[in-house]
Amino acid sequence: MFAFIVRRVTQAVVVMLVISLIGFAVKHQIGDPVRDIVGISVSVAEREALRDKLGLNDPFLVQYVRFVKNVLRGDLGHSFFFKKPTLEVILAKAPATLELVFASSLIIIFISIPIGIYAAIRPRNWFSRLTMGMSIVGVSIPVFLTAILLIYIFSVELQWLPSYGRGETVNIHGWDSGLLTLNGLKHLLLPSIALSSIMLPLFIRLIRAEMMEVLETEYIKYGWAKGLSKWRIWFLHAFKNTLLPVITVGGVQLGILIAYTILTETVFQWQGMGFMFLEAVERSDTSLLVAYMIAVGALFVVVNTIVDIIYGLVNPTVRITGKK
Amino acid sequence: MKKLVTVFLVLVVALTFGTVAGAKTLKLAMDADPVSLDPHVQLSGGMLQYSHMAFDPLLRWTKDMKFEPRLATKWERIDDNTMRFYLRKGVKFHSGNIFTAKDVKWTMERLKESQDFKGLFEPFEGVKIIDDYTVDIVTKKPYSLLLNMATYIFPMDSDFYTGTDESGQPKDAIVKIGPSFALTHESGTGPYRVTYREQGVKTVFERFADYWDKGSPGNVDTITLTPIKNDATRVAALLSGDVDFIMPVPPQDYERIGKDKNSQLITMSGSRVITVQLNQNRRPEFKDKRVRQAIVYATNNVGIVDKIMKGTATAAAQQAPEGFAGYDPSLKPRFDLKKAKELMKEAGLEKGFECTMISPNNRYVNDEKIAEAFVAMMAKINIKVNLKTMPKAQYWDQFDAQVADIQLIGWHPDTEDSANYSEFLVMCPNKETGYGQYNSGNYCNPRVDELVLASQTETDLKKRSEMLREVERILYDDAAYVPFHWQNLSWAGKNNVRLEPIVNVMNFPYFGDLVVE
Repeated sequence: MFAFIVRRVTQAVVVMLVISLIGFAVKHQIGDPVRDIVGISVSVAEREALRDKLGLNDPFLVQYVRFVKNVLRGDLGHSFFFKKPTLEVILAKAPATLELVFASSLIIIFISIPIGIYAAIRPRNWFSRLTMGMSIVGVSIPVFLTAILLIYIFSVELQWLPSYGRGETVNIHGWDSGLLTLNGLKHLLLPSIALSSIMLPLFIRLIRAEMMEVLETEYIKYGWAKGLSKWRIWFLHAFKNTLLPVITVGGVQLGILIAYTILTETVFQWQGMGFMFLEAVERSDTSLLVAYMIAVGALFVVVNTIVDIIYGLVNPTVRITGKK
Repeated sequence: MKKLVTVFLVLVVALTFGTVAGAKTLKLAMDADPVSLDPHVQLSGGMLQYSHMAFDPLLRWTKDMKFEPRLATKWERIDDNTMRFYLRKGVKFHSGNIFTAKDVKWTMERLKESQDFKGLFEPFEGVKIIDDYTVDIVTKKPYSLLLNMATYIFPMDSDFYTGTDESGQPKDAIVKIGPSFALTHESGTGPYRVTYREQGVKTVFERFADYWDKGSPGNVDTITLTPIKNDATRVAALLSGDVDFIMPVPPQDYERIGKDKNSQLITMSGSRVITVQLNQNRRPEFKDKRVRQAIVYATNNVGIVDKIMKGTATAAAQQAPEGFAGYDPSLKPRFDLKKAKELMKEAGLEKGFECTMISPNNRYVNDEKIAEAFVAMMAKINIKVNLKTMPKAQYWDQFDAQVADIQLIGWHPDTEDSANYSEFLVMCPNKETGYGQYNSGNYCNPRVDELVLASQTETDLKKRSEMLREVERILYDDAAYVPFHWQNLSWAGKNNVRLEPIVNVMNFPYFGDLVVE
């Protein structure tokens, strides 16, 4: 087991290095940060002087080596726009994104599991058919459109819910939370629905398919033959075995969810990491971009590594196949 | 858990009854927020809008483009190079310090240090202090735009910004990247103090109790400024009642806001002109005046205004809009396809040619669509244009490198004056002087240069206007560039917000005078 963990962690480190190199290479293609910092009528000489000062005129390798050295010291550079260390900016924006992802995950869990199970148990029922049909539509609507539609219906027409931002936040030990005030929760509702709309259909279909497969297996048939109550069979025996693949997919999808926050946050002016990333692209705030890639890359790698390790604990055969 | 519930209840109560009766709050949403609290860090519309909230200029533009006194009560010309300003007495800075002549001198010196402003203040020698409430502003040569530039002198609290901050950096340092004292502290004389700022998220302005202008009708106590970048979200925030005032308003939503019974929309023809430049160094064809004229005749800019801008712009045939010194009313848009084809024939290019073009896709309103329409119009006179569009972050370097034969650029003059367009867009490119910095057409006409340079030192405004009108006529006849239109400015707010009196063609809403009913 120990060797398995070491192997996974080493892989993670290599992945991080590759991400940093790619991120840094992209940085030079994205645009010129100096343009965003100065007004349009500033002379060419002034701009060049600023570029020199920022070390943007050095050769690529010199810049990369300097960058890696700094990263090893825990310094991911300075954001040109925020005029603060990039890590500080990202950490300040992280709570917003994590709360949004958390709320969406809750919505996904509490809606997809009951519906998925029901659709598996009663596949011919009208309600099951309706949700299956709807889920196809749901998968095909892009998230920003869902977001704009939600704003239009609930904010502009009905005026029930706020249209942008996080509302009131409470600061607890540096974590700006919107979960503790009614106003903050109201602000959270629409964005989290919009964000969960991407994953919801996928999970409903996944749970349904897995569950139906499990219900066909021998031991379930044996259970029926033994005369166990249907609740016991569905929820204890069948559902437990349905969950395993769902958890795996869930771990992977969590990363994708974080990627999708970029769109959701932009539409709702939700001050999280995704929104910050898109603005950084527009402003060509390159150091912030690279830092974001590394931070999110790290998050992905950590989540996937943990999922793998847990899986290795739960299911020892995985560790053996990994050794081939 | 119990504790949490208590905290929660207290918060709910606080939120419900937290607003004091009678205090007027304005929730304002713009597409961006000030990049810094230091007014000299960047020369941009957003920073000047902020300057008018936290600071006061010596004088400012009125709605009808005249000057009105602010921190200077009156001014008079002493000689060709000197203008004397009499300063207002009894004005307090937010720090409590008294405003005097030394603050004006100090501010001018800092402006000349600022990377962004030093170009504008290049013609200035400096400020001479006569006494505590009188200063002479001296220029190196006679300078016709002295008063225009005085609208950019927002005196800063010299005592407040003198010394060093905790990190040992001088408090008056102008730092573009990285922390500085002025980035996070301000002390101006303006109607509002900044009491809270989280960059890119929220800025809170509180009315300054000791504000000198007791005559101002403004009655707003608190302004919260939230940047909302996404157009659709900004409009939705107004329509849903989450904010009271938005700027700018995307043209596609004019109708929607106009129909909304709780909101009002104000638009005004602006001074940002959208043009394309035809690079004569890259393409010999563009050296031929007839070809350039043909291109202008083939460009249906009135059609672009109607179809693409949905009437939210004014078709242009010259650089400066009406109300500017160089505006010549006789110059009209001239779409005439037949004539365009004749000119191409005359030039021996009936069969046309192929060329390249670049345009930004997120800088000006509908920039990409305008460029595409232009391409389609050029096809009618057999000029095949290969268009490439890109985001503004990448565009300007490409523009400077002149990677394409035709390049799109919009221009709004920092000086609110005609000559500024020509200085940047059509004067002969000169690395030494910096003139023609954005002239990627490489149009070069000694007569134009001569007139524009002469206009800088011509203090007889009538004569000066005639010079600048002549420039516009030459550019028109020469088809130096292809003009499209001037973008409209737009603001929208709830019905109880009296926008009309505070907005102007410079797009510096004077929030200090805003009345909310």
